[in-house]
Amino acid sequence: MTVAVVQFGGSNCDRDSVRALSHLGVDAERVWHEDGLPAETTGIVLPGGFSYGDYLRAGAMAARSPIMDEVRAAAEEGTPVLGVCNGAQIGCESGLVPGAFTTNRSARFQCERVHVRVENADTPWTDAYDAGDVLELPIAHGEGRFEIAAENYDRLEREDRILLRYCDADGDVTDAANPNGSTGNVAGVLGDRESVAVMMPHPERATLPDLDGTDGQGVLRGFRR
Amino acid sequence: MSLPDSDHDVIVSELGRDPTAAEAALFENLWSEHCAYRSSRPLLSAFDSESPDVVVGPGDDAAVVALDDETYVTMGIESHNHPSYVDPYDGAATGVGGIVRDTLSMGAYPIALADSLYFGSFDREHSRYLFEGVVEGIADYGNSIGVPTVAGSVDFHPDYEGNPLVNVACVGLVTDDRLVTAEAKRAGNKLVLVGNATGRDGLGGASFASEDLSEDAETEDRPAVQVGDPYTEKLLIEANEALIDEDLIRSARDLGAAGLGGASSELVAKGGFGARIELDRVHQREPDMNALEILLAESQERMCYEVRPADVDRVEAIAERFDLGCSVIGEVAEGNYVCTFEGETVVDVPAEFLADGAPMNDLDAVEPTQTERDLPNADLGEAFEAVASSPNTASKRWVYRQYDHEVGVRTALRPGDDAAVVAVREAETGVAISAGANPNWTTAAPYEGSRAVALENATNLAVKGATPLAAVDCLNGGNPEKPDVYGGFEAIVDGLAEMCSTLSVPVVGGNVSLYNDSVAGPIPPTPTLAMVGAKDGYDAPPLSLSGGGTLLLVGADGDALGGSEYLAQVGGSDRFPALADDPAAVVRTLAAVANWESTLSTHDVSHGGLAVALAEMVTAETGVAVEFDDAVAAFDETPGRAVVETTDPESVREAFEGVAPVETLGTPTDDGALSLTVGSETLNYAAEELADLRSVIERELD
Repeated sequence: MTVAVVQFGGSNCDRDSVRALSHLGVDAERVWHEDGLPAETTGIVLPGGFSYGDYLRAGAMAARSPIMDEVRAAAEEGTPVLGVCNGAQIGCESGLVPGAFTTNRSARFQCERVHVRVENADTPWTDAYDAGDVLELPIAHGEGRFEIAAENYDRLEREDRILLRYCDADGDVTDAANPNGSTGNVAGVLGDRESVAVMMPHPERATLPDLDGTDGQGVLRGFRR
Repeated sequence: MSLPDSDHDVIVSELGRDPTAAEAALFENLWSEHCAYRSSRPLLSAFDSESPDVVVGPGDDAAVVALDDETYVTMGIESHNHPSYVDPYDGAATGVGGIVRDTLSMGAYPIALADSLYFGSFDREHSRYLFEGVVEGIADYGNSIGVPTVAGSVDFHPDYEGNPLVNVACVGLVTDDRLVTAEAKRAGNKLVLVGNATGRDGLGGASFASEDLSEDAETEDRPAVQVGDPYTEKLLIEANEALIDEDLIRSARDLGAAGLGGASSELVAKGGFGARIELDRVHQREPDMNALEILLAESQERMCYEVRPADVDRVEAIAERFDLGCSVIGEVAEGNYVCTFEGETVVDVPAEFLADGAPMNDLDAVEPTQTERDLPNADLGEAFEAVASSPNTASKRWVYRQYDHEVGVRTALRPGDDAAVVAVREAETGVAISAGANPNWTTAAPYEGSRAVALENATNLAVKGATPLAAVDCLNGGNPEKPDVYGGFEAIVDGLAEMCSTLSVPVVGGNVSLYNDSVAGPIPPTPTLAMVGAKDGYDAPPLSLSGGGTLLLVGADGDALGGSEYLAQVGGSDRFPALADDPAAVVRTLAAVANWESTLSTHDVSHGGLAVALAEMVTAETGVAVEFDDAVAAFDETPGRAVVETTDPESVREAFEGVAPVETLGTPTDDGALSLTVGSETLNYAAEELADLRSVIERELD
């Protein structure tokens, strides 16, 4: 059982993801995108960073690299895929999930702690929580505002594919608690299958017990199933 | 700027002929103030740079200090002052790039950045333009390359109006078996250039950094500023790791000031060698570049490696894997440093003469004088609000929120506290980092103020339970040819050296930036210090009050307001406060007490004095009521003091017996309010009002 943490040029949370997964007892290794997915891959992380410098749209270049064909194929066969931050942007750009992440409402990069509410607890990524649970997770992005066409948003809601929403400490989903202006305060969504998810907050930064907060552990435990 | 006549004469007498155009340009840049420290080197011997922990001291790309037998941290600091004035975004970004490559060239992986920034008055439009551009430049570059920016400082002072300062420090991590230096090892080894292609950017940056900024510098000097490419820098970080993993590097130097000519000549000179370099072999971005341009361009994201001939293929393959350009430009050789271009010899000089032959300047200095006490009769409430809402003391959240300070999953104590703590699990050590200076202090009293800067940084570490380990400095001054400016500069050097030595903190490296002078006059002499400390574990008492303890003030005040934010706001003058007689004992004891279970929160007293320190500690749940004899006691900024919230005040008193006075400030209240009584007057502020006062930067810029 090995989780492949795909490293593109400019990825920068690949080492962090391996460290966090290893802490949870999940075997994980970094995989350079040009080398392709190892045969024994049992899960895939698209980590955060600035793939290809984000010199085009965030995630657009990485989404078109050959390894993403392999990632899509694996996802269709049910291999768990988690995209975090830049990995979430790559997930949108490559069609793993609908919608797009674009420039924050503040037009600035924001690195801070936020609260998110678990909307659907019946997925590998949220199995450790109950619906309505409030997690404190770090964000660090300049382009995290989730945008999606109205009919697609309705479909996401109907199909219970909204995983996490930004909320206040009490779990109320308010505009003031929306750090980047995301539609519907969406912080994380599911793909066609519940085994595919992307999110802007960083669960790997809220996993190691020697740092402040471990609310992200449950998300990464999705790879242990 | 061209080569001064006196330098020309020295060169002619050494070479026995006139220098070629390429040689003259090389000497002009490498013998510039920026590269050769001509006006400052005679002063720098004041610093103590040794301790049992120091593995590599000053003179390499970065210093190396041991955490244990196998785990080392690297430390480096660099200024990017003039470029950041001309083009704040790119100037600051490339400063980050440069100091990170200094870390790479030691074989280390960069784990933390700290930036100390200095601008003109915050209410000036131009200062805000520079501030916003610099912060964005640092953020975009540092965030992209995945190195967290965890510490730093921002100060505003009218004398930076025509010349802001951007001082960037980087801490890296390396093990004993991966350590590389910038000392060439063996004649016959190949010199390999890896990274970006060389273009005509940043020509003459070193000499541009070594003269006053002219009135039209923003337009005239733009070609001397480089443009950064963080994506390539990130690839360079990965490639460097892979090269070190496979032990392919014999020595390394990053290309910074004076480009290829600087890096390659310094590398071979340090090993006592020369070189044979074919400039045509450098991979180039533009056609028809001449020898001088290839030698001196400061194109970013390039490294020069010394590689054994048998390893060259493997190095090329790794560069290729990470989409980086790579060219074998020549080799380490006995004899002179020789460069050829199109079959012709364009440089043929002794490497050591080029690297170390610059004549030193012997400049006149006028010793600064101290001011006397002349205190105004200011309204207490107005004064408190002016001090607490001054951008110097106010929250810097607007700044550090733009920096990714958590990437790397090591940040145990985040920005906004006295120091950051990064977890170095490899050595089970928390590395605390504090960086900054205080222009008000060093304007009021360069020598005493600079001592205070060193003590304040050490106190920042100590209150988080860390023992200072080593420091690097970035010494910024105006035009040294002005005797009063040079006198002030000499005083900050001596003051910093004295206090670091007293605290047994070796100053293991640094950077000097002079000629920070413009039509608006010289900058305040500014001794930025980046200090690291070590502690067992990664937990530290927070800055915010937790309630449930007793509040103590530890340390003696200097009973004076010279250099304080209070005087900056209300006017008047005073002498600079006297510092503790035995500051090393205070720092040592604070570090021990901070790690006790019974210690609930800690905060050092500095900018804005005790009144502001307490305002920063108050939360919506927990407040405090404190009485002061007079305004001096409330706003005195004497460093080496701390507020300690403890459940065991008796033990704290015992620990400080014979070290420093301990005063009880009171018991935290549960109303979330600050109450300050000075003489017969009392001020009351709710936590929310304090937060509002302190959010001036966010309010003005968002």
